[in-house]
Amino acid sequence: MRLVHTLWRFTPLLLLAVVWEAVSRLGLVSEFALPPFSDVVTAFSRLADEGLWEHTAQSLYRGATGFACAVIVGVLAGVLMAWYRPVHILVNPLLRCLYPMPKSALIPLTIMWIGLGDNSKITLIFIGCLLPVVLSAFNAARGVDQVLIWSARSMGAREREVLWEVVVPAAMPEILSGIRISLALAFILLVSGELIIANNGIGYLIDILGEGGDYAGMFAGVVTISTIGFFADQGYVALTRRILAWRE
Amino acid sequence: MARTLGNDTPGTAGHSARRAFETFGPYLTISLLLIAWELASRLELVIAFLLPPLSVVIVRIATDFASGQLPMDIAITLYRTLVAFALAAIVGVSIGILISRNATVRWFFDPLISIGLPMPKIALLPVFMLWFGLFDLSKILMVAFSASFQIIIATWAATQSIEKELIWSAQSLGASRREILREVILPAAMPQILTGLQIALPICLIVVLITEMIMGGQGLGDSMLRSARYVDSPGVFAGIVEIGIVGFCVIRAMEVIRRRLLVWHQETREETTV
Repeated sequence: MRLVHTLWRFTPLLLLAVVWEAVSRLGLVSEFALPPFSDVVTAFSRLADEGLWEHTAQSLYRGATGFACAVIVGVLAGVLMAWYRPVHILVNPLLRCLYPMPKSALIPLTIMWIGLGDNSKITLIFIGCLLPVVLSAFNAARGVDQVLIWSARSMGAREREVLWEVVVPAAMPEILSGIRISLALAFILLVSGELIIANNGIGYLIDILGEGGDYAGMFAGVVTISTIGFFADQGYVALTRRILAWRE
Repeated sequence: MARTLGNDTPGTAGHSARRAFETFGPYLTISLLLIAWELASRLELVIAFLLPPLSVVIVRIATDFASGQLPMDIAITLYRTLVAFALAAIVGVSIGILISRNATVRWFFDPLISIGLPMPKIALLPVFMLWFGLFDLSKILMVAFSASFQIIIATWAATQSIEKELIWSAQSLGASRREILREVILPAAMPQILTGLQIALPICLIVVLITEMIMGGQGLGDSMLRSARYVDSPGVFAGIVEIGIVGFCVIRAMEVIRRRLLVWHQETREETTV
């Protein structure tokens, strides 16, 4: 029953795939503009032998490193800013100025600073994702119910204990949802950084396949990175539920 | 936060010092940072190529502005951003409302949205280039596509969370379906829809710049990437400052519009953070 339900839920995707195949096979649109779905599948298995996984692994390494650094540094910085009021007064205006800046403006900067290798993308993702994480951790920690803090203190908790055992867990849900936004941003920066300039990586692969006229291959690359983005998000949501399980 | 609670003893010298700190502290950080920026590169603590002095960057911005290049780039980028944003808003809100009112539409869009929302839509850029060419059309469609998912789910969630009593009362007073949509559902869903739009607007800015960097065709993104290619570091930093200012203004403007539209709503009374 459950299976039928899931199948029914995802039927629209199947429908789209069928329509895709049909319009292309029947010549309603040019095969160049939209290679038949089956060709894309074939191209996918061909590319899988020709380095698709190496490119993907390269991209994932860059994305994961930059993102992990941003999360660690960002959460620490955000929570500490909220905890020490003088720091907050000094840093908050800076955040307010920098936060609205479209993060893609950093791409030319990291290209110029570091060039086109791994470190350039890692730095890009690190800086780009840092602010949203800092800001959500900051707002979350500031929003923690004062009563919780007072009770912990009145029961003799030390400041450090209050911080790590009361403030951080209470702020966790909001911190985690801020990190989810950064995860999407990390993918955008990763793919566009690689599309613009790179020697390898999935964005680079999509770019050269498109320029070489191998559109079926290009679609296969697009589908690959989209799928990875989707599962990364699903995995993150599952992880979030795990981490927050104690709240239920 | 918590640290200082209870330490405030009004009327003492420490108190007024704190007041002064709280008033001027914010400006202090920003001015210190700007001075540090200038000095670091003037005193050659960092290579001027990696971080050109602030004054050089300001002069560069002024020259670009005087030559007419900067105003034109800003106008082009803003034009693309706002057209794409308007398109995404119209399409997104319409689909969101259709989803909430019609079960078939909901069945069709639900899996598409659950896959489309988290996927890095910028990866489709080469496809958009193939379909719609290299000019404004493909840029605008790419941006609108990237932003529309957020607006759809915000609208859908908004119409879902309206109190049923509101709709029932309107119905019992004899309102038609169309009247209920226009007079009850849309106003009640407005705050959340606007939140969705406020999430979508920065996405539009981010993606507009990327499309300009990749496809060229003038605009702030294009000119900044060109500076980076020619290793013209004042140009790159001028670009960052310009884009930062444009982004700041656009997002502030959206907040003002929100407050205007929601004057009648209680949320407008409270201060929001960032």
